[in-house]
Amino acid sequence: MTDQPAEPTPDDAAAEAVHLPVPDDPILAGLAGAFPSVEFVSFSPAAGPQQDIAHVPAAVYPEFVAAARDSGFDAFVDLCGVDYLRRDPRFEIVVNLLSHERRQRLRIRVGVPGDVVASITQVFEGASFYEREAYDLFGIRFSGHPDLTRILLPDEWEGYPLRKDYSVGSVPVQFKEAHQAT
Amino acid sequence: MSDTPNLVTGDLEAPTIEAPHDASPPIESDSADRRRRVHDVWVAGTEEPEWVRQATDEGAQELLPDADEPALATQRGVVVSDDYVVDDDVDEEERQIINMGPQHPSTHGVLRLQLELEGETIRRVKPIIGYLHTGMEKTAETLTWLQGPTNVTRMDYLSPFHNELAYSLAVEQLLDVDIPPRAQAIRILMSELNRVSSHLLFLATQGMDIGAVSMMIYGWREREVCLAFFEKVTGLRMNHNYIRPGGVAADLPDGWEDDVEELLSVVPAGVSEYEELLNENPIFLDRTQGVGVITPEECKALGVTGPTARASGIDWDLRKVFPYSGIDAYEFDVPVGKHGDVFDRYIVRVKEVGQSLRIVRQVLETMPAGDYRTEDRKVTPPPRKRIDESMEALIHHFKIFTEGFKVSPGEVYQAVESPRGELGMYVVSTGGARPWRVHVRAPSFAHVQALPVMMTDSLVADIVATLASTDPVLGDVDR
Amino acid sequence: MAGQTTPPGMLVTTLEKGVNWARTRSMWPAAFGLACCAIEMMATGAAHHDLSRFGMEIFRASPRQADLMIVAGRVSQKMAPVLRQVYDQMSEPKWVISMGACASTGGMFNNYALVQGVDQVVPVDIYVPGCPPGPQSLMHGILTLHDKIMTGEIRRETGLTKTA
Repeated sequence: MTDQPAEPTPDDAAAEAVHLPVPDDPILAGLAGAFPSVEFVSFSPAAGPQQDIAHVPAAVYPEFVAAARDSGFDAFVDLCGVDYLRRDPRFEIVVNLLSHERRQRLRIRVGVPGDVVASITQVFEGASFYEREAYDLFGIRFSGHPDLTRILLPDEWEGYPLRKDYSVGSVPVQFKEAHQAT
Repeated sequence: MSDTPNLVTGDLEAPTIEAPHDASPPIESDSADRRRRVHDVWVAGTEEPEWVRQATDEGAQELLPDADEPALATQRGVVVSDDYVVDDDVDEEERQIINMGPQHPSTHGVLRLQLELEGETIRRVKPIIGYLHTGMEKTAETLTWLQGPTNVTRMDYLSPFHNELAYSLAVEQLLDVDIPPRAQAIRILMSELNRVSSHLLFLATQGMDIGAVSMMIYGWREREVCLAFFEKVTGLRMNHNYIRPGGVAADLPDGWEDDVEELLSVVPAGVSEYEELLNENPIFLDRTQGVGVITPEECKALGVTGPTARASGIDWDLRKVFPYSGIDAYEFDVPVGKHGDVFDRYIVRVKEVGQSLRIVRQVLETMPAGDYRTEDRKVTPPPRKRIDESMEALIHHFKIFTEGFKVSPGEVYQAVESPRGELGMYVVSTGGARPWRVHVRAPSFAHVQALPVMMTDSLVADIVATLASTDPVLGDVDR
Repeated sequence: MAGQTTPPGMLVTTLEKGVNWARTRSMWPAAFGLACCAIEMMATGAAHHDLSRFGMEIFRASPRQADLMIVAGRVSQKMAPVLRQVYDQMSEPKWVISMGACASTGGMFNNYALVQGVDQVVPVDIYVPGCPPGPQSLMHGILTLHDKIMTGEIRRETGLTKTA
């Protein structure tokens, strides 16, 4: 992206979106073409397989996951939440997909606007328990989930433990002779 | 029984049960008639009703030719037919909800299953988990990177080395250190032996849950040999905290080759004994074939991996596809099943034990010399006696064990093939001495989610067989 | 039978000793294996370290038929009421062994999710340390419990042998 005007106008924003780097991989390039607002990042760590990450805006998230599934990433691996405390958006959903035929993984990161995001249980049945866990531990609500209830903690638990502003809840250890120490 | 799993390592005979070739010849009729006539004379004149005479006289109790042959075949166990008919037109009021667990001898831990039953048929299953939730992901954020394996190893407590391995590999991707080949070989040795000991426990619990209670004692026999080796190398029988970022905690002790040789002779003998007991056992086959079926498409949609997915026909093993820690240097096969039922999962795991021992033998023969952990002193602590000699070593030791080493910012997902399936770690680092987020992709979590698919419309007696065959570990599920 | 005001005499003492002896000789554990310690508990019951020599190889599934509850593993907040309910279902005399660090004190998981020590929920007689304690440690704990019952250090009043 070389020549940018001083103040981006809406037309420039559309032009900028097209200028997102297109991934080399043909399947990912196809997805990038269909979803211009998605940013693809790839990096190859020295000691491990290549990691392909798609930063997907929440507006196109379920459609993108469905398109990824249809273009070969049909094995659902993982869905989790992350709390980046002082960042906007605060919460992020990370979905991990896998293509058996092409031996490729795809990681999809979705920033959660507020704390509500769409559910992908219609696309992958296996996301059901994972989304319940993200709700249970972070408080992220998934619209369209068939049974969004707590899964790991007791039903009447208050609070979302894995949030960064929830303390770990450690109990101070009591020592026998503690009261004698001065 | 005639259609058996199609194994990649097809060097063993597919077990079949042959019908007996010579059926017994029919009884000669004239002698029976003669005896019947004698009987008639004897009871003539009494008031005995006709049906009693027909049912109880000696002639009627003889084997009738051919007409009863199918029934006899079923009784003999030659032909297995599921003659249980499921009526779909039973009204809804006949359903009852039964709670199984969380304290139950056969639920492999604290799993609670809510079953909606219609007679003996299961209509709906709802797994309720969380009874072992330990907050490990939250605890991981309070521990340093070096302390991480202590926490993570207690998650899937039947394969602790795999938890540690996945975590260490993920951290090393962010650290960008070189792991020496000896450390990689030691890691493979311990994790493959862990696979063996975990599958032996699977045999024990699978057998016990189906009713072959002696399997419980037998499975532990060989497992004790493996655990004794683990204790010798790592100091603990379980939850070892041995594989750490940077290498392994200590080198293999002197004489480990003899121990592994003994293991390699004792374990296959035991496993072949169990195969002899179970593979062609008609009761075992009856209870496991065609039970708890899951198709490959369902596996992919639900996230089912590991031996459960391989038994359904998905040829996917992370050790072959995304090799880690130098495992591609060793030759081994991956058993793949065909039917996706309980029996296939059992066979796949038994064959995997043999393949893991094959890898162990190759590691034994080709173990490289060298360091057991990386040289980078900012990551691995210096040897103890260096601390007395060098100030720098003392400072490194101090910093590593108090503050902890720092890991460059980033996020990484690293998966290994644990005995249960794909065990992955998603680690997010913000450049500090403690992780920002550690998420564990637990294989048993997806398997418990897939239980309703496997159990619906089957019988109550099949619940336990199906559950045992997916080999869930509740520490994995609840974390 | 011993009454409440009978002074301890030879008959009563011998009876009490006999009752204690009988209680320790076939103490059936209730299966309450939760996590990693459950695996070591199963190992203790297996052939190599044999619990059957103490008459304890059958882990009763129903708590009503058990005398001893070995809490093996970490007790989460969701499991605590279940633990209490199982303990209440056991009939007197009953004993509790808290096996492992997590059951005794919460172990290495000092966080929101675990009950920090199972003695906050049920009364515990023996604490067995370890993470997980090996079969030898667990057997040492069980035999210590047997000794304590034999010497009368741990008493259970059931109406038959009421102590003054």
